Amino acid sequence: MTNYILRRLGYSFVSLLLLSLTIFLFVRVTGDPTTLLVEPGAPQADVDAIRERFGLDQPIWVQYGTFLSSLVTGDFGNSFYYRTPVLDLYLSRLPNSLLLALAAMVFSLLIGIPSGILAAVRVGGFWDSAGKLFSLLGLSLPSFWVGLLLILVFSVSLGWLPSSGSGTLWHLLMPAFALGWYFAAAHMRLTRSSMLEVLGSEYIKLARLKGLPESLVIAKHAFKNALIPVLTLAGINLVIMINVAVVVETVFAWPGIGRLLYEGITFRDFPVVQAVVLLGGAMIVLVNLLIDILYALIDPRIRLER
Amino acid sequence: MAIESPAVSLAPRFSFRLDAFPLLPTLILTSIGLIALLAGALAPYDPEIGSLAARFRPPAWQAGGSVEHLLGTDHLGRDVLSRLIFGARVSVVVGFTAVVVAGAIGTLLGIISGYLGGWVDQVIMRITDTWLALPALTFAIFLTAIVGPSEMNIVIILAAVYWTRYARVIRGEVLSLKEREFVRLAVVAGCSKWTIMRRHILPNVLNSAVVLGTLMLGVVIVTEAALSFLGVGVPPPKPAWGLMLADGKKGMMVGYWWLTVLPGLCIMLMVLSANLLGDWLRVKLDPQLRQL
Repeated sequence: MTNYILRRLGYSFVSLLLLSLTIFLFVRVTGDPTTLLVEPGAPQADVDAIRERFGLDQPIWVQYGTFLSSLVTGDFGNSFYYRTPVLDLYLSRLPNSLLLALAAMVFSLLIGIPSGILAAVRVGGFWDSAGKLFSLLGLSLPSFWVGLLLILVFSVSLGWLPSSGSGTLWHLLMPAFALGWYFAAAHMRLTRSSMLEVLGSEYIKLARLKGLPESLVIAKHAFKNALIPVLTLAGINLVIMINVAVVVETVFAWPGIGRLLYEGITFRDFPVVQAVVLLGGAMIVLVNLLIDILYALIDPRIRLER
Repeated sequence: MAIESPAVSLAPRFSFRLDAFPLLPTLILTSIGLIALLAGALAPYDPEIGSLAARFRPPAWQAGGSVEHLLGTDHLGRDVLSRLIFGARVSVVVGFTAVVVAGAIGTLLGIISGYLGGWVDQVIMRITDTWLALPALTFAIFLTAIVGPSEMNIVIILAAVYWTRYARVIRGEVLSLKEREFVRLAVVAGCSKWTIMRRHILPNVLNSAVVLGTLMLGVVIVTEAALSFLGVGVPPPKPAWGLMLADGKKGMMVGYWWLTVLPGLCIMLMVLSANLLGDWLRVKLDPQLRQL
């Protein structure tokens, strides 16, 4: 077990190194990095200071070392626009992103799980077809368009909900729906296939042979076991939601990390853009690690493999 | 002797079958392709030039609209129908090129990685894993911040972001093909590694690559629209659907709904059709991919 965890930790460590190397190389190979790292129109003295600080006259390996050591100490540079450390900005926006992602997750599970169960129980029937149609729509409607349509209906026509900003529960509803829509479809698909697999298993047959009412078989025996893969996916998706919310947050002016990224590209604030992509990648690597370890704890087959 | 008929209900029933040929999606995709091709002849107006006297005209069927501008005009008085027609060209060109380029890179690397194995496999797969960990849209935005937005750059960026999806799946297929009889016989017959990959492996993974490509088309088009919507995609005044949605926001709060609804409908139709066609192809061509 310790062996497995250590190996998995090493693997993630390599991933993080490669991640930083990828981002570093992209910035260097596409020309003079000073044009990205220095504010447009900055005086020559500032340009020289940046050159000095990042050691841009040094060989590339030394440069990468400098880059990496500043990342490890949490130094992602200063934002051109806000004039504060990028990491502080990022952390100040993270709670908002997390709140939005959690709300979207609640919504996606509330829709995805019941509809997935219904589709599996009535496989081949009307509800299954309706579910397929719904999941197809979920995967095909871009979230920002869903968001815009929601504003058109609920803010412009009906005047029920505020079209942008944050602060109250009412502000949260539409962005959470727009963001959760796609994931509701994904969760529905997985719930359905997971339920179908469980419903075909021996212990469900036994439960039925015992004469248990069908509703009890589904609710007590099948549902609980079918839920495990869905919850795992939900765990990964929560992190993904934080990182794909950029368009939804832009549409609703929601002050999260996605909005920070949008400001980063509109104000040509490169350190912000770089930090968001680096931290996003790192977050996903770490969640994958966490889930692998949790799975190994639950399922001995995984840790004994290899 | 009485032959019992199988208990099949002949009553019509609402069902949504994935194994029926998706006629409508194919028709829609073909029409969008044709519209993109013939945009110059079909569009009634120049999509990039408007008249400020004719700003925010509603569609023809609404009060205040006229048949001059069937689908109304935008905030610069440009004809929405013409912009949608030329926008199809952007989506088709960017979407198809990016899918093909990403597919070519991913398939090539997947085959090399899977067939050669060893350290080559290790290197390619570690890079693939790393790129897969980067959130696609964020990664694409980061790349546009480096190279700057243009139609050509968007294609390169989308290919750079999405080749990993192909590499992963194709490598898996190659690993199992490698153990098959005909590949082993080719090795015994003295074929070079290069020949085996080209003549024996590649034709056998093309099906999967085509299926993946069709499914990726929708993803790529949505990403292009998102980039354009955020202002880092196709640069204005070129009419891209995502860009039109961003412009449409300007008139949304005062009820100019057509600027928001129509471009989104176009994106949805194209993505939905690509997904339906992809699902059908997946079931038809490649039983192994059904689990995806």
